[in-house]
Amino acid sequence: MDLLAALVHLGGTGKYISWGVVQISLANLIIIAVMIVMLVAAIVLPFPKHETRRK
Amino acid sequence: MSPTAAETSTVAAEKGNWTARLRDSAVKALPPERLLPDRQPAYVASWAYVFGALSIAAFGVVLLSGAVLAVEGPAWWHNSNVGLFVNSVHLWSTELFFMFMVVHLWVKFFMAAWRGRRKATWITGVIAFAVSIGTAFTGYLSQQNFDSEWIGTQAKDGINSTGAGAFWNVLNFGQMLMWHIVLLPGVVLLIIGLHVLLVRRRGVVPPFAPTEAQLAQAGLSLAAAAPGAASVPVLGNNPEPSADQTAPPASTVQATGSGDQAPGLPEELSWNQPENES
Repeated sequence: MDLLAALVHLGGTGKYISWGVVQISLANLIIIAVMIVMLVAAIVLPFPKHETRRK
Repeated sequence: MSPTAAETSTVAAEKGNWTARLRDSAVKALPPERLLPDRQPAYVASWAYVFGALSIAAFGVVLLSGAVLAVEGPAWWHNSNVGLFVNSVHLWSTELFFMFMVVHLWVKFFMAAWRGRRKATWITGVIAFAVSIGTAFTGYLSQQNFDSEWIGTQAKDGINSTGAGAFWNVLNFGQMLMWHIVLLPGVVLLIIGLHVLLVRRRGVVPPFAPTEAQLAQAGLSLAAAAPGAASVPVLGNNPEPSADQTAPPASTVQATGSGDQAPGLPEELSWNQPENES
């Protein structure tokens, strides 16, 4: 927890990224990026195969 | 002469009362082997198909942690270490619930998961997502800290502009807490349950069928693929193929397909298509 607190200043003011009229917090941007990574990984990564008993 | 009790019950059983009709229609719509299947089509063996179940798992943690918070009360979740931990579990399971639900939504959107008479499944998913957002918002209003005060004072203007503020007051903590822990979770639970039953009834949506050009590129043709094609590989314990796995003739596939499948495709592309019933 101390390590996390050292990496991310949890008690500080939120950081925001502005792009024209678009403004988004860094935390939300990271969440969206993680979701996109999950989507791509779900499509690309092979699913573990189990032995089928089908003859 | 009045009929005996036995005669009366026999007449009722013959005509069918509402419980019998409800039971018959429920079993007809969702027979046990479809309600709790022990095998799935091979295309379900993909990470893309796990996010619905992950969403439900996260929702289960949300409900459990919320129940513990309700049992112990605000002083506990604000002041004790365990209470703070459970409070955080409640938050992070909600975060995961939404993350999994959004990825689930993306996957199903790009698969056009409303195909094959699955519109109701899609719509209940959309409603579950919308009501979940409302549930989360009332949760933010129930934190009892400066954050919830800020959110409440900011939200009131938006709510008032819609006219809903007359009966839905975001500054009324008691009202928001009751909505958060009683009404909205009940609605979410109900809709998710309906959503899952519809998934069972209609089956998980199959991938898009390959086009003729894609088949040709792979050295295949539609005519060679359909009749007598090898039976579909399935996951599960049942080694015996059932009747609904038997590859139909090309004409049948063409007639019963959902409109997005080319005629004469292998059966794994038509497996789990809903039957012709309402």
